[in-house]
Amino acid sequence: MKMIDGYPDYMRKSIENVNKTRAKRLNEVKTDLTEAERKEVLDNYHPDYNPKFKRDISWGPNKGDNVPNEVVDILEAYPTVHPDDVDLSQIDYDVGVLVIGAGGAGNSAALWALYEGVPADQILIVTKLRLGDCNTVMAQGGIQAADRPEDSPLIHYLDAIGGGHFDNKPELVKALVGDAPKIIKWHKELGMMYDQNEDGSFLEISGGGTSRNRMHCSKDYTGMEIFRTLKDEVINKEIPYLEFSPAVELLTDETGRIAGAVLYNVETKQYFIVRSKITVLSTGGFGRLHVAGFPTTNHYGATADGVVMAYRAGAKLRNLESTQFHPTGAAFPEQIVGLLITEKVRSMGGQVLGRDGEQICYPLEPRDVEASSLIKCCTSTDNYIETPTGMRGIWLDSPLIDEIHGKGTVEKNLSAMFRMMKRFGINISKDPILVYPTLHYQNGGVEIDENCYTSLNGLLVAGEISGGVHGMNRLMGNSLLEINVFGRRAGITAAKEYKKKVKLSGKLTLDHVRKVMKILDSLDLKEKRYSPIILPEYRSDAVRDRLVQLYEQEPTW
Amino acid sequence: MSKTQIKEKEENETPMVKVYIMGSSHEVPASLTIMKAIEYAGFKIKRGAGCRAGFCGACATVYRKAGDYRIYAALACQTQVEDGMVLTQLPFVPAPKAKYDINKLSPTGNTILQFYPEVARCLSCNACSKVCPQDIHVMDYVQYSLQGQIKKAAEESFDCVQCGLCTIRCPAEIPQYHVATLVRRLHGKYEMKSPDTLEARVEEIEAGFYEEGFNELMKLSKDELRHKYFHERDFIDQKKA
Repeated sequence: MKMIDGYPDYMRKSIENVNKTRAKRLNEVKTDLTEAERKEVLDNYHPDYNPKFKRDISWGPNKGDNVPNEVVDILEAYPTVHPDDVDLSQIDYDVGVLVIGAGGAGNSAALWALYEGVPADQILIVTKLRLGDCNTVMAQGGIQAADRPEDSPLIHYLDAIGGGHFDNKPELVKALVGDAPKIIKWHKELGMMYDQNEDGSFLEISGGGTSRNRMHCSKDYTGMEIFRTLKDEVINKEIPYLEFSPAVELLTDETGRIAGAVLYNVETKQYFIVRSKITVLSTGGFGRLHVAGFPTTNHYGATADGVVMAYRAGAKLRNLESTQFHPTGAAFPEQIVGLLITEKVRSMGGQVLGRDGEQICYPLEPRDVEASSLIKCCTSTDNYIETPTGMRGIWLDSPLIDEIHGKGTVEKNLSAMFRMMKRFGINISKDPILVYPTLHYQNGGVEIDENCYTSLNGLLVAGEISGGVHGMNRLMGNSLLEINVFGRRAGITAAKEYKKKVKLSGKLTLDHVRKVMKILDSLDLKEKRYSPIILPEYRSDAVRDRLVQLYEQEPTW
Repeated sequence: MSKTQIKEKEENETPMVKVYIMGSSHEVPASLTIMKAIEYAGFKIKRGAGCRAGFCGACATVYRKAGDYRIYAALACQTQVEDGMVLTQLPFVPAPKAKYDINKLSPTGNTILQFYPEVARCLSCNACSKVCPQDIHVMDYVQYSLQGQIKKAAEESFDCVQCGLCTIRCPAEIPQYHVATLVRRLHGKYEMKSPDTLEARVEEIEAGFYEEGFNELMKLSKDELRHKYFHERDFIDQKKA
């Protein structure tokens, strides 16, 4: 196949269309959809609204909820570590506050627990991979905070709740938008480099579904800048953390209060027992379950382990019927299919175009509407571009950004995107990017209140694992905000609980897990599955067909 | 299916290349990234994969090519395999990170020397810049740091994903990427002042300025909210004005 500047020869004709129409499109405004039009694209093209990708949860507090098959699969699964295989009388770590998951929410929670008076040695962070292998670090576009005079937290509230189809929990949205400026202030005190204009004001842009410019950003490495600073601070403050040691099950005391967790060291395959007075679950989302067969933008460990653990312990879930597909994942080249092309490309003026080089829709609808419009174009019209591997995509006109903001803007303000595509021979300041929606975010999760309490005693939840903040659809820039707002709140609540000097009652138990196993036995499941799955499986079939286990087995029973 | 049949089937579908993963040869589809090739070959990665998208630095890879004396480095998730690559993954980088209270520092070269005196040992060999998979001019920001040019050091190092390849190559034993974190935080905190509008908004919120507005919005039914969202989204702004 002949390639010209990173794209196959045959795509060049369509790219010429894009180049030809650019001058005309510079001032062309595509209007956003009406409520009825939004409903039409969602109902017909969004995977959430397609019954074949979903089924009902068969047991537990959310029995009957219609959620993605992949979520039901991990809930209708036996424990990866059998309760009989662990000795709960040997406590390896005895702490005040256990934080499970070391992404943005977990690190914020640990830092705020410390700020609020929990001694560092009474905190323990545990994480599946390294400190910082999380979705936070890969969030690119920005973080919303209504801090300009022409904006208001109340407008941010309306944007967020409208984007979420009015199914968000109001008190959570209030917390989200009301704390936002405080979070930016905290970040600045820590020394994060948010982009500023020459006059010293923050560079703030808009995102899909926002009615004001309130997206603060650090080029297109916003999440990375936030996370590496939080990580630096956690290490400076000497908060203990265990890497490569995911929690695989929550523990309770004899009253049923959550009282710690079983950890599994993925390298040595040992288990460890943590007893804790307060447990913060901040394990992130489910991208690596590949809901509805989509590729994902998510990090390697995003397998919804926390949802499984919490549900087995009896926690109530919410809004898991809703999955976020980011409108613009890479569709070409094949090596990076599904990786995120930040919404900031559209925030800065990038338009979405069909094969003919004409705009197919308003580029900044809320994400579910935008993704549905793109899927519609690729499945019910012939105005798409097909890749050599048969994938369909549409153009995202990145060169338009340089036309609007001046030469060099793409390379400077979208340096991560520019660099990624350049690695595969494509210059996105000259040529458009081929995109298709990709699995991005778990909109729902474990239900929380505004102080991160769950329906379970002793368990706090924060971050992408939680449900209720975003209703049925999250807006751009509200996830980096969420992990900080609710991570902080979880830390503050944990410190408050810690100071109550809670006494755990009696021995640690996994009785709740045994009960779940009995329920599963009664369900007549067609396939015996195990969860949490910890890491997704990407080895080739040819290898997996020949796997044998010597001396040790996975799982252990 | 026999081994040869499997091989033929795969070969019919996609061109294959031969790569060496820690010395062992494997036939893998030519279209894969190094990371996917390692998985294709049968390794379930534990160390060496994080975000899988070029942001976390977990998959630093060192390799050589057939008939080429050079040492190459890359992020495994962002680099396509080539025939004859001899690959190894960096599981961990032992780099000491200084501990400091960011509130008690000043944005000067002396601060850098206080916590990372080894920056003064830089030989200007530029090995760090050559190995950087982000194409950052690492040596330049080390020099800026040493000279107390905090802003330039912070901006030059900004795209660092902390993979640690620079540190592994450095003959002066400098943990460049930790130095970079310190200079960025110094610059972000002390040299990039927040606009007054931020503090003003925080004060408004803490004084309860928006409580009444929140209460009104939170009382609305879904239908009332829907109407406001689709037809009156600007009203709050006008009211405030």
